[in-house]
Formats: sequence, structure tokens, C-alpha cells
Amino acid sequence: MKIPYYPGCTLKTSAKNLEVSALESAKVLGVELVELPRWNCCGAVFSMATDDLIHQLAPIRNLIRVQEMNEKGIVENENRVVVLCSMCFNTLKRSNMFVKEDKERLEKINNFLSDTEEPYQGNIEVIHFLELLKNDIGFDRVAEKVKKPLKNLKIAPYYGCLLLRPEEIAIDNPQSPKVLENLLEALGATVVDTQFKTRCCGSYQTVNRKELVAELAYDILNQVKISGADCVVTSCPLCMFNLDTRQEEVKKAHPEFKTIPVFYFTQLMALAFDLGESFYRFDLNYVNPKPLLSEKIF
Amino acid sequence: MEKTLEEKTSERFLDIMERIKESNKSVTTGIDEKEIKHWVTIYIMGKAYKVPADLTLMQAMEFAGYRFIRGAGCRAGFCGACATIYRKKGEYKLRTALACQTRVEDGMYLVQIPFAPAEKPVYNLDKEGGGLDVVFKHFPEVARCVSCNTCTKACPQTLEVMDCIQAILRGDFKFAAENSFDCIQCGLCSIRCPAEIIHYHLFQMVRRIHGKFGVPPEPNLEKRIKEIEEGKFNEEFEKLLKLSPEELKEIYRKREIKLD
Ligand code: SF4
Ligand code: SF4
Ligand code: FES
Repeated sequence: MKIPYYPGCTLKTSAKNLEVSALESAKVLGVELVELPRWNCCGAVFSMATDDLIHQLAPIRNLIRVQEMNEKGIVENENRVVVLCSMCFNTLKRSNMFVKEDKERLEKINNFLSDTEEPYQGNIEVIHFLELLKNDIGFDRVAEKVKKPLKNLKIAPYYGCLLLRPEEIAIDNPQSPKVLENLLEALGATVVDTQFKTRCCGSYQTVNRKELVAELAYDILNQVKISGADCVVTSCPLCMFNLDTRQEEVKKAHPEFKTIPVFYFTQLMALAFDLGESFYRFDLNYVNPKPLLSEKIF
Repeated sequence: MEKTLEEKTSERFLDIMERIKESNKSVTTGIDEKEIKHWVTIYIMGKAYKVPADLTLMQAMEFAGYRFIRGAGCRAGFCGACATIYRKKGEYKLRTALACQTRVEDGMYLVQIPFAPAEKPVYNLDKEGGGLDVVFKHFPEVARCVSCNTCTKACPQTLEVMDCIQAILRGDFKFAAENSFDCIQCGLCSIRCPAEIIHYHLFQMVRRIHGKFGVPPEPNLEKRIKEIEEGKFNEEFEKLLKLSPEELKEIYRKREIKLD
């Protein structure tokens, strides 16, 4: 199965560990994620102003690229595009809805783009990789491919907001999502439910208010520890940064704090499939997870 | 006798060809204006001028009496000094051009942009390194790109300007360096960009970074530098330096050009 894949800048810079682990795990599951031959920024943040059409150009241009992949035969009749980064997913999916629900907006954008692009027909569907795993591949099949079950690992899923809110674009029940839980169970791990799994990680406040974001991380991670989990799993590069890298600031503010590893769900999938170090890229995680892994799995 | 349609068409054809020939005749200063048959009206900063139809924008402005102190350099499409923006009569599009490379058309509204106001950041790649963070430090506005593609449409070199900016955002300096190689720093992209990005300075930085950190050193270059440092060419240089201009010219004329 070949399906268009939109990476986004973060996966090419600070979140390479998310990308390599996902692409290789997908291969094991018989899915080729084909990167858009040409793409631009997703738009970074969905613009909430309904008349601010210029900020819809970036996402819509990417959807036109997916259209082109079909026209050029790079993929066959595949009107979906898979996204790995939660931020990109949120922005692309919301922009898609924004133009689909109002033909006039779509027309305006298409007119603006018409010098260089074919019009966007409004037929592309934006899905997250987790949805592909759940609906197309199925967790049973994921379980079949597991070579090293993560059996002693107690993991707390953390969703953040971008996969679940606003409700119209949610990939799961926004109040009590289950998709990460189901995936982790398929990988043989013990899932630990925590109170703050859909709480805000502090998002872009991390740029100029890192101390405040460190406090949010402190609360979330303490809750994880109280619930008895060994580590956290997330799907979002920004959540990853705020929960993982910001532990440096957490330690400064709270000297008694002991660091706790944070993983991308795809890293754990690659690990359970036993794909090898080069597909985990744990060296890019701030908190080194290897001591925990050698204690629990190997 | 009535001319046949064929005859009429071929006469018409000859007439048209004659007119094309006429209007392509190069106009040089000193030519009698009576000899110029084809004229157009252009508007330079809002004022109308009648100019010969076969001139470039740059020549037409000079014909109209302007003298370039800035805004002209190579006159050959290489230096990027003659950036121009214009509209054509009855058209909404704001177009861009190099004045030395573009022919006048009737009803053009022109203005020159001899310089795109922008500061050139000072950096030291030896000290700062060539990471994406260094690029962001000197050009933070690059992250504001909305992918409108206006820069690409403005580029007289027909570069994929937006794609280069987008490549930089994801750390792909190789793409940006290679695809901005023909940038002549005219600044038209930057004048049009709603995100106020200074593409041409940014591209130059990225090409420097790519050249410094992104490509392996060229072994032949290293070999040649070593030869120069070891004095392989000293003797020959000294010989040349002692020659008179006439002798040098003679050597130049007699030089052998090996084509292989
Ligand atoms: S990239 Fe910009 S500065 Fe360079 S040639 Fe094109 S328009 Fe001019
Ligand atoms: S004109 Fe500016 S904002 Fe538009 S695509 Fe080019 S760099 Fe981006
Ligand atoms: S004068 Fe140099 S490009 Fe026109």
C-alpha cells in the first residue's frame, strides 16, 4: 500500500527520531509512506480569523501537491495524506475543513494560486498515522509483527491537544481517547492511565516563557510518576520538546526531580518490532531512555 | 487587374516583415528621429514619454532624458542593479523585470527599484557554525513565510524562490544553495514578500554555509593551492611581471587554446 505522506519541517530537523521510526515501522506493516515530492510549511498554526485567507495558502498548496501525486501516478487513487506531526496534522486538517465548508473561500484561494497551481478540488483527506494504524492496518496486525514485546514497561500515554481538539478534527474521543492505549497494548506494554493525558503542554509558550512551561511539565510528569508509570509516550514533537527537553528547566527549579524518559509512539513500535538502533534514534531524546530499557526489556 | 488572395497575403506578409525589420533596427544616440517609425508611450514615474519601440526599458529611460547614476550596471542581465516594477495598461498585475533585459511595450507604467532596502547581517561562520539556528538568528523573519509564492513570480531569473525558502526552513541548505545559485540579488522578491524576508542576503548566507560545511573539499583545488604555495608558478609570474603591455598583448594574441 502506497500512500502520500507529509512530513513537515520539524520531522526534518529536531524530530528525526519520529520520522525514521515511523517510516520503517510502516514498512514492516506493508505500508509505504511516500513523501510529497514538493512541499512547504503546513502553516504552523491554524489561523482562526475567517477572513485571513493568506494563512491558508500554505496548507492548501500542500493538499494540491497530494492531488498532483495522483495525477502523476506516484500514488494510485489515494486521496488521503498521512501526517505524523500533530501540529501539521491539526493545521492541515482544519484548513482543509475551512475551505471545504465554504466554496467561496476555496474559490478565492484557488484564484490567488491560479498563476502557478491547478485549483484545489477539495477532495483530499488529511489523516494522522495513528488513524492509519487503527483503521487500515489494525492493531491485531501490529501485534503480529511484534518481536520484542514491551512487557515490563509501564507507559503513560500523553495526547496533548492537537490530535483531539477541536472536536471536529479529533482522531478519537476527545475526553477519553483510546488509540495510543490500544497501540501500546498491541506492543505488549502495560498502559497506565493518568489524569493529565489531554492537558496542555504549554505549546509555543515554551519559546519565551520556558519557566512556566517547565512548571506544567513538572505537574504532568509528577502525575505520571504517582500513577506508577516508568515513561511517557506522545505523538507530538512540541509535546515531546516540552515534556522531554524542558526537564532540564524542571530540574533547575525542582532539584529533587528525577528525569523520566519520553518516547514517540513510533519509537516504541520500532523497538517492539526490533528494527535496530538506527531506527530508534534515542540519541535525539533529551532524557536517555536506555537505562530504563535495559532494566525492563533486555 | 484584381490581385489574387495569394498575392495579397504575400504582400501583407512582406509588409509585416518589413515593419518587424524596421522596429528591430537598433536605435543609437544621434540617429535622426525622423527615421524612427515605431513609437510607444511609456510612463516613467507617472510621466508620459514617447520612445522608440525597439528599446529596452533602460535605453528608453535614457532616451527620455534620464541618466543612471544608480540602477544600472552590467547592462547584460547579470548584476541585478536594474530592478523595475511595472504595470501594463488595462492589466491588474504588478510585474517585475530587469530594465536592461526587457523591451518597452506601449502603456507601461514603470518605476525603478535600484536598491531593495535591507541590512546585510554580519556573521562569522568560523565562529558561529552553519546550523539552522545560526540562520534563524540572523534571519528570524524567514519563519514568517506563508507560502504565497509571490517571490517566485517576481523573480526575473525564474528561480523557485519559495521552494528555496521552504527548504531552508527544514534545514535543506543543499537544495536552497543549488537552486538559488543564479540569484543576481536584484531584490525584487524581497520587495514583494508579505513576510518581509530578505531572500537574497539569506540565500547568500546559505550558499556560504553549504559551500563551507555541506560539500567535501575539492581535491584538485587543494592540490593547486599547495602547488601555488610551494612556488610552482613563481618563476613564470616574475617573468610576466617584467614584460611591457605590448609584450603582454603579443603573448596573449599568440596564446594556444587547447580544447579537449
Ligand atoms: S531570488 Fe530574488 S533577488 Fe535573487 S534574482 Fe530572484 S528576485 Fe532577484
Ligand atoms: S513572497 Fe515571502 S511569504 Fe510569499 S512565499 Fe515568498 S518568501 Fe514566502
Ligand atoms: S544592468 Fe545589470 S542586470 Fe540590468
